Amino acid sequence: MGSLNEFPLKIRLFLRMYPWRRIDLVPWAPLAKPVKECRIGLVSSAGFVTPEQAPFDDSIKGGDPSFREISGEIPLRTLRDTHRSQSFDHTGLQQDPNLAFPVDRLREMVEAKRIGSLNGRHLSFMGSIVAPGRFVRDTVPEMARIFVRDQVNLALFVPV
Amino acid sequence: MCNQAVCLVAAEFERQGITTVVIQLLREVAEKVRPPRALFVPFPHGYPLGTPNAPEVQRAVIEAALRLCENPSSSPPVLVDFEPTKPSLASRPPTH
Repeated sequence: MGSLNEFPLKIRLFLRMYPWRRIDLVPWAPLAKPVKECRIGLVSSAGFVTPEQAPFDDSIKGGDPSFREISGEIPLRTLRDTHRSQSFDHTGLQQDPNLAFPVDRLREMVEAKRIGSLNGRHLSFMGSIVAPGRFVRDTVPEMARIFVRDQVNLALFVPV
Repeated sequence: MCNQAVCLVAAEFERQGITTVVIQLLREVAEKVRPPRALFVPFPHGYPLGTPNAPEVQRAVIEAALRLCENPSSSPPVLVDFEPTKPSLASRPPTH
C-alpha cells in the first residue's frame, strides 16, 4: 500500500497536519443494474491532457481546479502527463498511461462483456489541489453534470 | 492530494445517482475523507494500477473495484483492501 513514508520529510509533515475534508454524510448510489449492462466513465487525477489541450497550470496557488474532457477514442500514447507533483515517480505513467487512465483495459472488458459500454468521453484533472474550495464549488458539479447527461451508470476514479 | 480530490468528486457523483469506486493509495487519507467506495491498492504513488504494461495486474485491480460496486449488502463508506489472488499480482513496481 502507498504510504506517507514515500514522501520527503517536508511533504510528510505537511500531509500529517493537513485538514483533510471529511465527507460527513456519505452519499450512496447502489448499482441499478448489472455491471455488464452499465456504461462506465473514467475519472483520472493524473493530469493527462491531449496534444491539443493546454497543460494543467502548476502556477495556480492551491492547485489548478480545471478539468479536461478526453475522448474515449483517444490513442493512449498521445496523452501527456502534466501533473505538477514531483513527489512521485512519473516514469510508469509515461511508459503506460493505462496505469492511471486504463481505457485499454476497460475496452477489453467491454469486448469480454464484463461491462456494458464505455462512455464516449472521460474526465481528467490534476489532483494536486491543496485548497479544494473552488474545485468543489465550481468544477465538481460540472463534471457530475457531464456524466449525468451522458447517462453514465458507474464511474471509476484513479488517483496517482 | 490526489487521493482526497477523487474522493470529493466521487461523493458528488453519488449524490447525482452515479455509482462510484475510487482506487486509493493511502488508507489513512481515505479513512479521514470517507469516499463511498474505495479500494486500497498495495502500490506506490504514481502506480495506482500496479505495473506499467502489465495488463493482467491492471485488469485484476479494475475487476476488484467492480466487485465492490456489485456487493448488494454493503453500506457506506466501503473501504476494502485489494488482495491479489496470484503471486505475480503481488509484485510491486520499483519505488522511487
